[in-house]
This record gives sequence, C-alpha cells and structure tokens, in this order.
Amino acid sequence: MFDDFFIRALIAGLGIALVTGPLGCFVVWRRLSYFGDTLAHSALLGVTLAYSFELNIALSVFIISSLIALILIQLQKKTNLPGDALLGLLAHSSLAVGLVVIGFLTFIRFDIMGLLFGDILAVTTDDLLIIWTGGAVILLVLKLIWKPLFASTVNYELAEAEGLNPDRAKAIFTILMAAVIAISIKMVGLLLITGMLIIPAAMARNISDSPQKMVLFSIIGGLLSVLLGLFSSLEFNTSSGPSIIMASLILFILSLLNIKQSIKLKN
Amino acid sequence: MSSENSTLVKLNNAGFKQNNKWLVEGVSLTVEKGKIVTLIGPNGSGKSTTAKIALGIYKNIEGSVEKYTNKVGYVPQKISIDWTLPLRVYDFMLLTENIKKEAIDEALTLTGVIHLKNKNLGNLSGGEFQRVLIARAISKKPELLVLDEPVQGVDYTGEIALYELIKRISDSLHCGILLISHDLHTVMTATDHVVCLNGHVCCSGSPMDVAKNNEYKSLFGEQASQILSVYEHKHDHVHSDKGEIKKN
Repeated sequence: MFDDFFIRALIAGLGIALVTGPLGCFVVWRRLSYFGDTLAHSALLGVTLAYSFELNIALSVFIISSLIALILIQLQKKTNLPGDALLGLLAHSSLAVGLVVIGFLTFIRFDIMGLLFGDILAVTTDDLLIIWTGGAVILLVLKLIWKPLFASTVNYELAEAEGLNPDRAKAIFTILMAAVIAISIKMVGLLLITGMLIIPAAMARNISDSPQKMVLFSIIGGLLSVLLGLFSSLEFNTSSGPSIIMASLILFILSLLNIKQSIKLKN
Repeated sequence: MSSENSTLVKLNNAGFKQNNKWLVEGVSLTVEKGKIVTLIGPNGSGKSTTAKIALGIYKNIEGSVEKYTNKVGYVPQKISIDWTLPLRVYDFMLLTENIKKEAIDEALTLTGVIHLKNKNLGNLSGGEFQRVLIARAISKKPELLVLDEPVQGVDYTGEIALYELIKRISDSLHCGILLISHDLHTVMTATDHVVCLNGHVCCSGSPMDVAKNNEYKSLFGEQASQILSVYEHKHDHVHSDKGEIKKN
C-alpha cells in the first residue's frame, strides 16, 4: 500500500512522539524552550562532524549537544551574563560554526533543507533501531528521575530539603534533552525539534488538570501530529518536519476551542 | 535523657555568606526528637537562612551541620506555584514521597482542608495553601519538621488550632521541630528551646531565660518580655538546667 520509506518514517515518527511527549512537558514546565533551541542549533555542528569523520549522526549530535549543555552550565557559573544572552550566544555561534564547516566540506553533497526541516526519505532501518532503543532508554531514565525532577520543578528547595537530590536530576535531564534531539534530528529537522517538544505539551496543558494527564495528552498529541503530518507530507509533497509541526499547531488551536467551550458550559 | 542518638540535626557555629554579606553567622543549635526549637528575631535576622542551613539547602556554609535523619518535612516561608503546572492538592501531597491515600486524607483532615483535595493548587487562598503545606509536611510522618512561619495568612482561630496541631504532632510522632514564628505567645508557651537571632545568636535558652534576657528585651521591647508573665501561671512543667522538661 505504502512505500517502504513511508512505513519507516511512520515507525520513526511515532517512536519520537512517544519520547518528546513527556520530555516536552518538562520543557514547558521548566521554561526550557530556548534551551532546547540552543541544543538543536548546535546539532548542525554535530551533523557536519558526523559527515567529516564518518560517524553515526545521532551519536555525533548527542555528543556535541551534551558538550554545548556543559559549556552553558560553566558559562552560567563563570559570567554575570543573563541566561537568555548565553543561550543566544551559544545557539547562533554553534549554528554559524556548523554552516561555515559545511562550506568547507565541498566534497560532500549536503541537503541543507533536509537537515533544517527533516526528511522522511532519509530514515533508514538503522535509524529506526536508534530511535526505538534510544527512545526506550530515555523514557526509562526519565521514569527513574521523575520524582526528584518533578518535585524540583514545583519547588527546588522542597526537593532539596527533603533529600531528593534535584541537581543530579537536572543534570541527567539535560543529557536526555541532548539525546532526544539526537534521535529526532533526521525526521523533524533541527529548526523544528523544539516545536515537536513544546506544541503537543502546550496543547495538553490546555486540556489537563493534573501532571499525569498532561503527559498522557502530550504523547497522544504528538502521535496524532506525526500521523497527520506524515500523511499530508506524502500527499502534498511537503517536508516532514513542517508538516508534523503544522499538524500539532492545528491540534493546539482545537485545544483552545475546548477551553472556550468549557468556560461557556460553566457560565 | 538527651543522648547523642536522639539528636536529629546539629549546627556547629554555622553561617552563610551571600554576595560577600553574612546572612547569618555563628549559629549553634541542636534539634532533638520530641523537642520544639523556635527561632525568633526581627525581619532579615537570618531565621529562614538558619532553617535552610539546617536542611542542607545551602551548600557552601561556614561551620558545619550534622544531620542524622532523612525523613524531613519542610514548610517553606515562600513558595510560588507556577501556572504552567497543572497541579491538584492531591498531586502536591505526593510530591516528594509516595504516601498512602489514607495518610493523605488523614493529614488533610487534620489541617481542615480535605474538601480541597481535588482542587487546583493555583485556586487556593493563601491560608488554604498554608494548611495544605502543613498537611503535606506532616503526612510524611517525618522525624524532623522544619516549619518556616507555618501559619502565615491563616485566620486567627485557625492559627491557634494549627499551633495546637503542631504541638500534638510533635508529641504523637515524637519528631523534632524547628519552628520559625513571629507569634511570641506561641513561642513562649509551646517551645522547649528558643534561639533569638539578629544576624547572629543574641541569646538562647528556655523561653523564660530568653524573656528575661536584656538583648531580647531590646530587640522586641519590654512588652514582649511581659507576655511571658501572663503565661507563667499556666506552665505545667519546669525546665531543668539541662533544658529537659519535667512535668509537674
């Protein structure tokens, strides 16, 4: 019925949505959307390194993004610059370095559009393995650090006072962010990964009254976005990343209607 | 008996510096099982800082803290819940520990807010939220309770009832309590040991000793020390020179 590449893209996209759902909730709760952007922009550098040294793209992106996160933490300690300025500095300089390096790699043909906005044709069987095993590991680790991470999201001092070690949870979460970007870059593209994290979670916030529900709806929203996005991508021959993000935007708008209706019902 | 193993937390000459300014320094105090230690002092005297040192929230401190328990319940002075988080009272009760449903209901009933169980945390009034905070701290059945102005914003009758509850909990759980309070009445009647702070320890001892202290009088005024005379007749116990309580 469908071509093999499309089935692969579907399996990959659904795997990614399962992971970005819960992680995206923490991105919204902890106000990390710009942090996600910074890691995603630095991923371009990771991709170029992967091509230069013939490394696996996901692995290379994971290493570079983790490195950028570490540099950010060090800069926060050593300078008096505000967090958003540091994030902007790292995001744009790593993007610039990545683009300059691409300029030097004249012997490799790059599909820049594919890198920035995702390409369903690029998903290989190896990628599926990376997405699903990587995704399973990310979800497992997130489950293990859920208590301290969530408690410190609500109130850092309560978590620290009652012995939950929130600093360690935060450090591990940073690595998980780098990992989720690494596994989803081919599919969604580096400019749109943060959208995949934030928009389904934001949609879920509109219709949830507890953290568990928000995570659940965020996952469902992500899965639906991938399905709708990929089918329309196939139908209209558009890039996979923007199609998925647009589908999630439509779901978000529908969730706003839901709020209006419930307010009307109350009155 | 005050033996070593009843000690829950001990501060030795502890202090904390932020931006080259001492928030508090040279604090030594011990919280033991079944005892209530109260910190009093004017605004900015380092009460909350001392509590955070005892809890291990501040890392780079002077002096030392010895903490002998991990079962801690904490009611912070300030807490702001973000609207980005959909959080019901019930979810909040489970924040740091998986507590049994019955224990949650019991604690919420004790503080009089069981009817708010499924309400969103953001929709509570200041006083209601304070009651939820206390319920959360006691539902864990902690060995050490740290209460930083626990009844702020609570109505007057509720205030008295909550202090009575805290006293009752201290007796029934046999936990140690580090209390920060502005209410000198409560401090003087329900406390075993008072530490009066003003950037450093001004004076400390039993409520009676502190009330008679000249530094205390200069900080809080003559009237404050007379509060005690009202309550002196009510005392049903005496303090030995070691600070232990003997019932009459």
